[in-house]
Amino acid sequence: MDEETKREIILENYMHPDNRRDGDQEGYLKENTNNESCIDNLNIYVKINNNTIEDIYFNGEACAISTSSVSIMIHNLIGKTIKEALDYIDNFEKMIEGKEYDESILNDAIVYNEIHKQNNRKNCAYLPYRGIKKILEKYL
Amino acid sequence: MNRSDFPLLKTGVIYLDNGATTLKPQCVIDKITEYYQEYSANAHRGDYDLSFKVDEAYEGAREIVRKFINARYKEEIIFTSGTTDSLNMIVFGFFKRFLESGDEVLITKSEHASNVIPWFMLERELGAKVKYIELDDNHYVTMENVSKAITPNTKVISLAGITNVIGDERPIKEITEYAHERNIFVVVDGAQSVPHRDTDVQDLDIDFLALSGHKMCGPTGVGVLYGKKELLESMVPVRYGGGMNESFDSANEVYLKELPARLEAGTPNIAGVIGLGEAIKYLEAIGMDKIKEYECDLRRYAIDKLISIPHIDIINLEADGGIISFNVDDIFSQDVAYYLNKYHVCVRAGNHCAKILKGEVGVTSTIRMSLYFYNTKEEIDYVIDLLKDKERILKEMI
Repeated sequence: MDEETKREIILENYMHPDNRRDGDQEGYLKENTNNESCIDNLNIYVKINNNTIEDIYFNGEACAISTSSVSIMIHNLIGKTIKEALDYIDNFEKMIEGKEYDESILNDAIVYNEIHKQNNRKNCAYLPYRGIKKILEKYL
Repeated sequence: MNRSDFPLLKTGVIYLDNGATTLKPQCVIDKITEYYQEYSANAHRGDYDLSFKVDEAYEGAREIVRKFINARYKEEIIFTSGTTDSLNMIVFGFFKRFLESGDEVLITKSEHASNVIPWFMLERELGAKVKYIELDDNHYVTMENVSKAITPNTKVISLAGITNVIGDERPIKEITEYAHERNIFVVVDGAQSVPHRDTDVQDLDIDFLALSGHKMCGPTGVGVLYGKKELLESMVPVRYGGGMNESFDSANEVYLKELPARLEAGTPNIAGVIGLGEAIKYLEAIGMDKIKEYECDLRRYAIDKLISIPHIDIINLEADGGIISFNVDDIFSQDVAYYLNKYHVCVRAGNHCAKILKGEVGVTSTIRMSLYFYNTKEEIDYVIDLLKDKERILKEMI
């Protein structure tokens, strides 16, 4: 994927993120996730049914990288089983850390495949995954 | 002004985060190095020449600070690790013993965390009440609002001399006069004010003042607690140990030293204190009035340019210090800071440790440019040029 396409995908998900909804809804597990060194602060809400992620939404405030990343995460994880989701998150984490990973399952999340070169933004991209991982691991 | 004195400016960086910390001139760096290279003994061990030299330099710095803020006595100058440390000593070493349940502490919602949380903790411990002086439409403290906030239970008013997000200067002299007539103490957080203008603690009649060395060209990890002598006399140390006791025995018979040593337990930050003394000498050579005037002019220059950019929203059109807080429409402050960083411009994004301010200004985070005397109109022009095209910011911020 070329740089221009990556930037467009990130911007589109930042300007019009998927499933940004205010307030707490019933039937959802909630986790707050924030970056110590900056002001990114997101609430992640997950609805699980029959071991499968039925819905995810978020609210809060964050930079372009975190906001686009949560949007991209949401549309990729909805419909996955918990195990599939954790596998996906594990691959994403490897990519962010600059390690070997399975590109084929990440879909549009590969827009962050070079972010490991920017230390100060790595955490931004990973922020929503840190939150949802806590929910999913608790559920297991 | 004086740009050639600052080695870091030679790297081409545009440093506009002086509210966080300032750059260090060569003379301060040299002074610190000199201590470590030529006489790095401990203080207050005057049995040999080297240590005597340390005492001279260390106590010499105390005298430099005393003169700088025009304290009456040298013992009123206590070296600490910085403003946060000083404020904690004021709150827990003095007011914790002095305040009772139901007493009121007045602060504002634009105070830095260090002038909020210690008071909150006292509220929990003692049942003293933290209350807020209302800010006006420009986020300023007015005498009218001070007098409105005072009740018969008010015992202390604790305010920043200049705030770190808005940059408004408080009418400290009027406040102390009004407060003292009502037996109310006044604490001033001088972190953002002392580096930028002349401070005369006797003229302002301040009871306690806290300041940081690193925000005024000095080293990190050193600051000052000033208190009127009679108040410091009744302050209890928050730290006990070496250097501050006269004698002690196995039966828990402990005698403490006089001021200032009584409040400076442990080996002090000797290099830091000596470096701070040098930084003050450096600032005095330029002139505090000149620094203030230069910053005000530069701020006005920047505001005039920023105001003409339609997608920029300035939070503090009115301000007295060199602080400019703003946002770019629809772009998260941090993304703008990342974008500027690509062009070696250092600004701060966030809530600037003033987390209860957001309800007042209606935004949760801002981009803050904070100026000092070594910043220039050319630097402002460069930043304005980077900010004037919103599409460019959107394109390059990621």
